[in-house]
Amino acid sequence: MSRLNAHEKKTVTFKLNGLPVRADAESRMLLSDFIRHEIGLTGTHVGCEHGVCGACTIQVDGAPARACLMLAVQAEGADIRTVEALSPGEGRLSTLQAAFKRHHGLQCGFCTPGILMSLDALISARPDAGRDEVRDHLSGHLCRCTGYVTIVEAALSALDEIRREVKSNV
Amino acid sequence: MGIEGIGASVLRKEDKRFITGKGRYTDDMVVPGMKHAVFVRSPYAHAKIVNIDTSEAEAMPGVIGILNGKQLTEDGIGNLICGWMVHSKDGSPMNMGAWRPLAQDTVRYVGDAVAIVVADTRAQARDAADLVNVEYEELPVVTGVEDALAEGAPQIHPEAKNNLIFDWVLGDEQATADAFSKAAHVVKMDIVNNRLVPNAMEPRAALGVYDAAEDHYTCWTTSQNPHVARLVMSAFYNVAPENKLRVIAPDVGGGFGSKIYIYPEEIVCLWASKRTGVPVKWNCDRTEAFLTDAHGRDHVTHAEMAFDADHHILGLKVETKANLGAYMSLFSSATPTYLYATLLSGQYNIPAIHANVKAIYTNTTPVDAYRGAGRPEATYVMERMMETAARQLGVSPPELRRKNFIRSFPHQTPVIMTYDTGDFEASLNAAMQAIDYAGFASRRAESESRGKKRGIGMSCYIEACGIAPSAAVGSLGAGVGLWESAEVRVNAVGTIEILTGSHSHGQGHETTFAQLVAERFGVGIDSVNIVHGDTDKVQMGMGTYGSRSGAVGMSAIVKALDKVEAKAKKIAAHLMEADEGDIVIENGELKVAGTDKTLPWFQMALAAYTAHNLPSGMEPGLKEGAFYDPSNFTFPAGCYICEVEVDPDTGKTEILNFVAADDFGNIINPMIVEGQVHGGLAQGIGQALLEGCHYDPQTGQLITASYMDYTMPRADDLPSFQISHQTTPCPGNPLGIKGCGEAGAIGSPPAVINAITDAIGTNGLSMPASPQKVWAALHNA
Repeated sequence: MSRLNAHEKKTVTFKLNGLPVRADAESRMLLSDFIRHEIGLTGTHVGCEHGVCGACTIQVDGAPARACLMLAVQAEGADIRTVEALSPGEGRLSTLQAAFKRHHGLQCGFCTPGILMSLDALISARPDAGRDEVRDHLSGHLCRCTGYVTIVEAALSALDEIRREVKSNV
Repeated sequence: MGIEGIGASVLRKEDKRFITGKGRYTDDMVVPGMKHAVFVRSPYAHAKIVNIDTSEAEAMPGVIGILNGKQLTEDGIGNLICGWMVHSKDGSPMNMGAWRPLAQDTVRYVGDAVAIVVADTRAQARDAADLVNVEYEELPVVTGVEDALAEGAPQIHPEAKNNLIFDWVLGDEQATADAFSKAAHVVKMDIVNNRLVPNAMEPRAALGVYDAAEDHYTCWTTSQNPHVARLVMSAFYNVAPENKLRVIAPDVGGGFGSKIYIYPEEIVCLWASKRTGVPVKWNCDRTEAFLTDAHGRDHVTHAEMAFDADHHILGLKVETKANLGAYMSLFSSATPTYLYATLLSGQYNIPAIHANVKAIYTNTTPVDAYRGAGRPEATYVMERMMETAARQLGVSPPELRRKNFIRSFPHQTPVIMTYDTGDFEASLNAAMQAIDYAGFASRRAESESRGKKRGIGMSCYIEACGIAPSAAVGSLGAGVGLWESAEVRVNAVGTIEILTGSHSHGQGHETTFAQLVAERFGVGIDSVNIVHGDTDKVQMGMGTYGSRSGAVGMSAIVKALDKVEAKAKKIAAHLMEADEGDIVIENGELKVAGTDKTLPWFQMALAAYTAHNLPSGMEPGLKEGAFYDPSNFTFPAGCYICEVEVDPDTGKTEILNFVAADDFGNIINPMIVEGQVHGGLAQGIGQALLEGCHYDPQTGQLITASYMDYTMPRADDLPSFQISHQTTPCPGNPLGIKGCGEAGAIGSPPAVINAITDAIGTNGLSMPASPQKVWAALHNA
């Protein structure tokens, strides 16, 4: 296996929010930096660069992942979603986004994109999640402003709304 | 109040951009030709710089320039300042050592900036920074206040002999001694307030852009007070005159005090932009933030409280040693003095108080205001003392407090403050009812039956917000006035812009400030835009800290709205041929009272700008400004009660219930106020249970310099909170606001520790009350 050079760039191809991306990245470049600074989607935030705060959480092939713990080159072939993809249409909010606004689930907004991506994945995977599961899931994120109560309420409200929608569609 | 007026929980206007990923923070900013900076920092806590060799680093790919402190000095960039003069008890001014933006001869804490590397990419800058070869000669290190004062301790600044910055006193020493001589009981305690790292989730960042053609600088920065940053960078650091320097604080991801100060990095980025000829962006990484963001708290205190036989407080003596770190940060002298000792009367009638504060240099990160700034430390002393006194005197904690409450206002304390209003018993009663204080004994018995130890503890806090009357703070040593400004621009179509010197970094000003206008003119908040955070757009302002945006910032807006309303009424009266005194403004219309004559708001505004038919002599347009200087501090107060259960096998504390009963005066947006309380409680509970800085005493290395080592409160660490309000409107400002931003962090730590010490039956417990400490306290008891 050949040794990688720090400055050597590799072409990376993946799907980002439904659109194809093809760009060159140094092999050492973090996926978080690649998305923010090479592609210019700055909704994904970087709070610690050591995988603890969760601000940079995105979805990779449907599962939440820390963008600061992945290299851009590792995204080859992946289907990636960031906070910019959550809105169902221009000027509209997803059920989860609307619940965050309704329940005052954010203050400075810096940790919010990562938390939204994480909870969005939880809602898809575990639509019957309850309070304890939400708190447990949320404990993978740091928020310094809210004390988490309103985020928990927002998530539970979104889960409830989505369950009712599913029920009424059956 | 209307659906969008004062008192309505209006949903936030700013939320949409944050929840859709469209917020614009400093690190999101891109300008043409922008390059990236990394700082070379000292790995030693105390050392002489012998030599800086950049030859190897300069040869690295992408490197544009490497600059050091000698060049900074050559270019006349000034020292960082402390903006508040404090005098020692002998009348001498504080002994402040020099703080160079880039250290030139000596480094004094791990993280002290030595050089800046500018390169095409951040990674290249980092590679090159690693190869800057700084030769150091290590010096002995001291990190704790007691050691720093000891004979023979390492001397950190030549100006501060024995590392003593000042030895300050407040209150009447003789009267206090007399009070103690009459005491029936004296309660004594040694109390440590643990050092914290503010940890706003957005790391600090700066983008400095020098425009050679215009000889003009622009600085995007993560600041709570961009105008103060411009003022200080112009007047003291000689970066550029104010008219040649624009400071923009765009969306800022939390501050909690740590983004008040003007740090070396923004100064150096601006200077480096001129030196290198390229825009220079620096973005802090998290460990860099732990090392260089101003820390909070770090007090070591001995306190004694004297009681008469009837359990009335006679006097209080407090001796505090405050660790200010390696340099004096912007407000570092005020935080442990005028923001601390002035609150040592708490909610209680105390005839005599004497406080002595020694501020001390150590080889640690500079310490300054962090959420609450001095008031959490004062409250912790007072409420640990009151709880301990109740236990030693054998009376119930609420009854001891009740007996000593201040009940008539205004109340002059022996430590400067004049409390204007309050109802401390109302908050105490509300909190006790909310937590079912009377039912605690049976809940404790139930816990005991499961082998668990249950405890309950309270804290009755008072703080001083809305800083502050300019003349008053000026007389106490402040270098600036602490008023606020506002400008109200009514556009020709009737929409409104409010320009404010306050800065929002999570507090929701774009919503609450618009609510003021909705209340006043009956226009929708969507037609009101709040402009802040840009020195080119907004007139001079003093920024957001000390819960001042409501009490001071909004009061300035009210003054400007008064002027707009007066002129609008004159125009409307003229157009409707009515008496000015008969005009009322309701639901976006100007009406002649008692008639059906109305003039829509926008038509009045249009008339102001067409100026075709204005009252004789009136200037066209509708734009008014105001500066508001408060007449007093405001005094939010309240009672917090915490109920915990301790597992004696593991020492782990679980908060079972936490109630907050606060008096914030009048409230503009209850939803936002509740959010502020929640956030403050989380930080206070974090201090009590989880958070704490640790320095290695031999080397001065910060051991807790990442999220793997410093425990931040997470969702599964915290309970839900029961919150209530008891309102006594503040008489000192037009809206009756007291402020709510810091109360949670101020009131909660003693409530938690009082609850745990009640549970385990021993009083010797320091923060953070980790399972290890609680277990040890329990088993050594």
